[in-house]
Amino acid sequence: MKITVNGEETVLEKAVNIEELLVITHAETPEYVTVQVNDEFIDRNDFATTLVNDGDSVEYLYFMGGGQL
Amino acid sequence: MIILKKAQLESIIDYARKNLPDEACGLLGGYIKNNERTVEKVFFLTNTDHSPEHFSMDPKEQFAAVKDMRKHGYALLGNFHSHPASPARPSVEDKRLAFDPSISYLILSLAEKDPVLKSFKIENKNSQEESITIL
Repeated sequence: MKITVNGEETVLEKAVNIEELLVITHAETPEYVTVQVNDEFIDRNDFATTLVNDGDSVEYLYFMGGGQL
Repeated sequence: MIILKKAQLESIIDYARKNLPDEACGLLGGYIKNNERTVEKVFFLTNTDHSPEHFSMDPKEQFAAVKDMRKHGYALLGNFHSHPASPARPSVEDKRLAFDPSISYLILSLAEKDPVLKSFKIENKNSQEESITIL
């Protein structure tokens, strides 16, 4: 099946959940990414149970934050 | 090396001053050619911490900025945030929360009368300053 990950077409051999997709796409720190599927935010607690479907657009980005101390 | 136009630098300083006493933050989109990273657009994001000592970028605005960059053919070159009362150097927290070694981390200090902007690459919690060219 074909999906789009961060704007790039990606072919998957089988259905995967978000947690698995982050591993497949080599997200460096999966615990610090925020995910949208078709412009909807996915709660981190649902990563393992949210399946990616054919034609889905998945976006993920790294948390960006810090502090001066 | 990261290249900024003078007007972009001034807009970052203005935004940081408007957000005082809180830290301000944003993203930088542009082109990468050889080792030169030229900023074409500055994205001003909300610090959802609304704190003078911490910042977290609004994820919704982050996604919108990244999609806008893609639409214009820009790469994510880096991010910036301000230090209202401390020097322009990555704090322990800045380094701990820097997850993307491919981008530049710019820090604007407003601690002194004249603002100071510095840029760093951060990998495995180690930072190295890189040069900034203002055109």
